[in-house]
Amino acid sequence: MTVSTATGSTMIAASPSAAVASRATATVHRAAPSRRAVVAGLAATLAAPRVLAQVPARVVVVGGGFAGATCARVLARAGLDVTLVEPAMAYTACPMSNAVLAGLRPLAGQVFGYAALRDEGIAIAAQNAAEVDAATRTVRLNDGTVLPFDRAVLAPGIAFRYDAIRGYSAEVANLMPHAWRAGAQTALLQRQLTAMDDGGTVVMSVPANPYRCPPGPYERASLIAWYLKERKPRSKLIILDAKDQFSKQRLFVAAWKQLYGDRLEWVGQSGGGTVTEVLPAERTLVTEFGRFRADVANVIPPQSAASIARDSGAADATGWCPVNPATFESRLLPNVHVIGDAAVMGAMPKSAFAANAQAKVCGEVVAMLLRGETPPPPKLVNTCYSLVAPGYGISVAGVYTPRNGILADVEGAGGTSALDAPASVRAAEAGYADAWFDTIIAETFG
Amino acid sequence: MNRRVAPVVAAVLLVAMAGSAMAAGALPPGASTCSGCHGASGPVPVLHGRTPDDVAEAMREFREGRRTATVMDRIARGFSEDEARAIAAAVVVPPEERAP
Repeated sequence: MTVSTATGSTMIAASPSAAVASRATATVHRAAPSRRAVVAGLAATLAAPRVLAQVPARVVVVGGGFAGATCARVLARAGLDVTLVEPAMAYTACPMSNAVLAGLRPLAGQVFGYAALRDEGIAIAAQNAAEVDAATRTVRLNDGTVLPFDRAVLAPGIAFRYDAIRGYSAEVANLMPHAWRAGAQTALLQRQLTAMDDGGTVVMSVPANPYRCPPGPYERASLIAWYLKERKPRSKLIILDAKDQFSKQRLFVAAWKQLYGDRLEWVGQSGGGTVTEVLPAERTLVTEFGRFRADVANVIPPQSAASIARDSGAADATGWCPVNPATFESRLLPNVHVIGDAAVMGAMPKSAFAANAQAKVCGEVVAMLLRGETPPPPKLVNTCYSLVAPGYGISVAGVYTPRNGILADVEGAGGTSALDAPASVRAAEAGYADAWFDTIIAETFG
Repeated sequence: MNRRVAPVVAAVLLVAMAGSAMAAGALPPGASTCSGCHGASGPVPVLHGRTPDDVAEAMREFREGRRTATVMDRIARGFSEDEARAIAAAVVVPPEERAP
């Protein structure tokens, strides 16, 4: 690793080819009709001296969640020089955090470090990324460090669109937690639920699609309802939803009726469920049709790709990052791939399972592209388990392949658990949910 | 070439191709996803160390609805016999034993 401070910023592993790449890519930007072909040709030419010198190509991965950490490991195992940009010392996992809210799991059991990744030779830059520059093929960190790359993988996750609900903000989230990024927010919502008197009302606000973990709010509602039934039986939960259809809806609704009855009330978009404003001082959520006073308010705001993706130009007007579904390469930034919740993945939902699955394919694709090979069209799978109660699990699965420029459902595959499945199947799926979490954690962080 | 042999030859070719792709560090389409659930211990069945024929047969039975399933029937229907055979050949090998 060479360090230069000549320009006032630190260059790690600086090499002359970075400057050449910068000029070459700038030229390529004007050659619009065959830009991809030219970029590929130039990349091969530029990569050649590195191959001859047996210097591994450099890949910078931004974000150490299920997508980024998994991808970094796949890339390192392919012999590449991998730097993971992740400011946190440890990752707090969202999957299973709804069980933490209900007191069924400890929050400490959601926290995973990066020691295994370090042991595999992955360099970890414990900083926030300030900008990913596709023209110069560099990632600039908040402390001024500049990391050159041959290819980059953006896996930064989500940001909350605090402006989408009047009165809501990062500060108000300390009174009305979203708990949609696990950690302190999860602990806060759990404390509020624990402190609430019996007879209280919990109100959840759920956004329209797309957002992280489509069935997540309904699993959360289920487990909060279970907690209330067990511990505070005179209490009630109201879900205010900005949509009329949601993931695994028939399974959730049937289970709610059976398990929780009138304790859980869901108000859809056409019933006036869209929350437009919050009044934190009055602990009140305002919808198009009325006001809901909450003893505990859980406001899950609309979301977008994380700010680093938007600030670097990887996101389009929707706030999310469009990608080539065969390679996950950004439609907007050449040599930059986007995976996980930040990307537009067509029919594939924003889930930890999907992020991990995309990361494994993306790692292989990036390694192949850097070797000058053409990756085959991928097939991806998603499986998402939700707990409706302890020992009661349901699932949705899908198989996806590129079609018409997006990741599309493979016809005839996928779907949800059977509506009439016996209790033994619900118990088995709850067990598989636990097992899935342990397995994916081992693959990502273990 | 008769109709019974053709798919077998295709499958063998695919497995052979999968082998060469693996040597370069890549898995056949769909194979890398399996390890999201199938790990080193149960209750989700462990794939490492089983025979490719065993895994391919299970995928066929799931796909055709002949085997009791919670989720694998829904997933197996997304893969052809050839794809499933290529995946089966790959996933029985633990990651640490795969060619880099």
